[in-house]
Amino acid sequence: MSDQTILAAEQISHLYPDGIHALDNVTLRLACESFVCLVGPSGCGKSTLLRILAGLLPPGAGHVLLDEQPITQPQRRIGIVFQKANLLPWRTVYGNLSLPLELAGMPVAERDERTLAMLNLINLEEFADTYPASLSGGMAQRIAIGRALIHDPQVLLLDEPFGALDALTREQMSEELLRIWARHRKTVLMVTHSIPEAVLLADRVLVMSPRPGRIVADVEIPLSRPRSLDLLHRPDFVALTERLRHSIRTAH
Amino acid sequence: MNSRVQTVDEGRPDHQTVPASSLPSTLLVAQSRPRTRWNLLLAPTVGIILLLIWEGVAQSGWYASFIVPSPVRVANRWWALAADGSLLRHTAVTLREVLTGMMVGVLAAFWLGYAIAKSRTAAYALTPYLVALQAVPIVAIAPLLIIWFGAGIASKVIICALIVFFPMLVNTVIGIRGIPPELRDLMRSLEANPFQTFWHLELPAAMPVVIGGLKVSATLSVIGAVVGEFVSASAGLGYLVNFGRGTYDTPLVIAAVFTLTALAMTLYGLAAWLEHILLDWHKAIQN
Repeated sequence: MSDQTILAAEQISHLYPDGIHALDNVTLRLACESFVCLVGPSGCGKSTLLRILAGLLPPGAGHVLLDEQPITQPQRRIGIVFQKANLLPWRTVYGNLSLPLELAGMPVAERDERTLAMLNLINLEEFADTYPASLSGGMAQRIAIGRALIHDPQVLLLDEPFGALDALTREQMSEELLRIWARHRKTVLMVTHSIPEAVLLADRVLVMSPRPGRIVADVEIPLSRPRSLDLLHRPDFVALTERLRHSIRTAH
Repeated sequence: MNSRVQTVDEGRPDHQTVPASSLPSTLLVAQSRPRTRWNLLLAPTVGIILLLIWEGVAQSGWYASFIVPSPVRVANRWWALAADGSLLRHTAVTLREVLTGMMVGVLAAFWLGYAIAKSRTAAYALTPYLVALQAVPIVAIAPLLIIWFGAGIASKVIICALIVFFPMLVNTVIGIRGIPPELRDLMRSLEANPFQTFWHLELPAAMPVVIGGLKVSATLSVIGAVVGEFVSASAGLGYLVNFGRGTYDTPLVIAAVFTLTALAMTLYGLAAWLEHILLDWHKAIQN
């Protein structure tokens, strides 16, 4: 893992027009190809921070740097997965996956090749012609992840991508994400509510305080990769989750 | 702030719902009971009974035959019209008015509705006038439109366009406003340009409601053409009705009315067929 920063937030503060003070002087740096999770209590401004990093929301103060260039608008170089899969219901699975390539004006042959490869990676080949309405939540979210990766962005932002899934599917999706990430090594920042999920996935976990959100802890996860769900019961894993739980409880 | 502007500025309903305006006949039948051969025979039976009653009343002698002509006489009149080509000619005139008027009205309403849905300024500036326009009884201003635009096709096209305009406008506004903001975020994050956002997001998302508007427009537009032809015309099915009334040719009036009904139902059927082939994905959501 290189230490070179790819995405950085510098002293971001944000106050919504209705007076909600969402973020207070948040600074974070994401190292190239690292997997970072952001945890914190509900409503602490995690999603606001993610939207600002994505360029979807201009910050009240501070700035975001991608590859040392300030960004003011959404970028194709940053892929996003939202809590809801947000698939276009009039497009098939195939059509949803290829949307970013289509919008980027990629030639059809290359587009087909990439879309088929992605369908293969997320194990949904037999659903290529299915409309999203008949997919399960886990399948839809796998497509959303595939869609965010297909145009090869430098950074992947995930906003509680498994928040709407049941516990069992959620665990499977974590493993699935690890597998996909091993193949498409990107810089990832994932917002999550689940501490075990964060420890399982991340190289580093950032803890945010309640509103206004500040980063109050930055915990390295030194577990070796590749990781799997078997980790969940190992003492060092449990110790890390306890440590994180403690820092969230004492965050203020 | 939103509540001060009425009607067109109403919130965004779930875009998966179909507008109440489209009411296919099957909706009236409880879907839980399976169709049997008997059920399929019921409607034609009722039709035959109604025809028999009509025939009975015509033959009873209670009314003069020029007031209530028998179904057979109406059928003969219709056949005679069809045979000498005049039915086709008049139907073609009306159909052209209906389709041109629909096209003009639907396109104008779509773009104006799109502007209102996207721009608060447009919504505030235009909504009161559009509501007022809807409140004007078309029948009352039809004579004025004939004076301004002549007795030819132009005035009928305008009447048809006006009559389909409002339902189409409301449906377009609902359709465009109903697009979830997260989908807009998605398009932004993929750096979609305004045209791509329109083509890949706004148009398909609004399509179910727009086609719902098209179905209502199809029947409304036929009414518009007849209204125009009643006021002043030299051809068309509405003209035939009016002509038949003037000469007490009731078989002609009834034959023309049946043809108009068939025309409106065919246009509605075409819009429903369009819905069927374009909105495959939407059916899956509703089930």
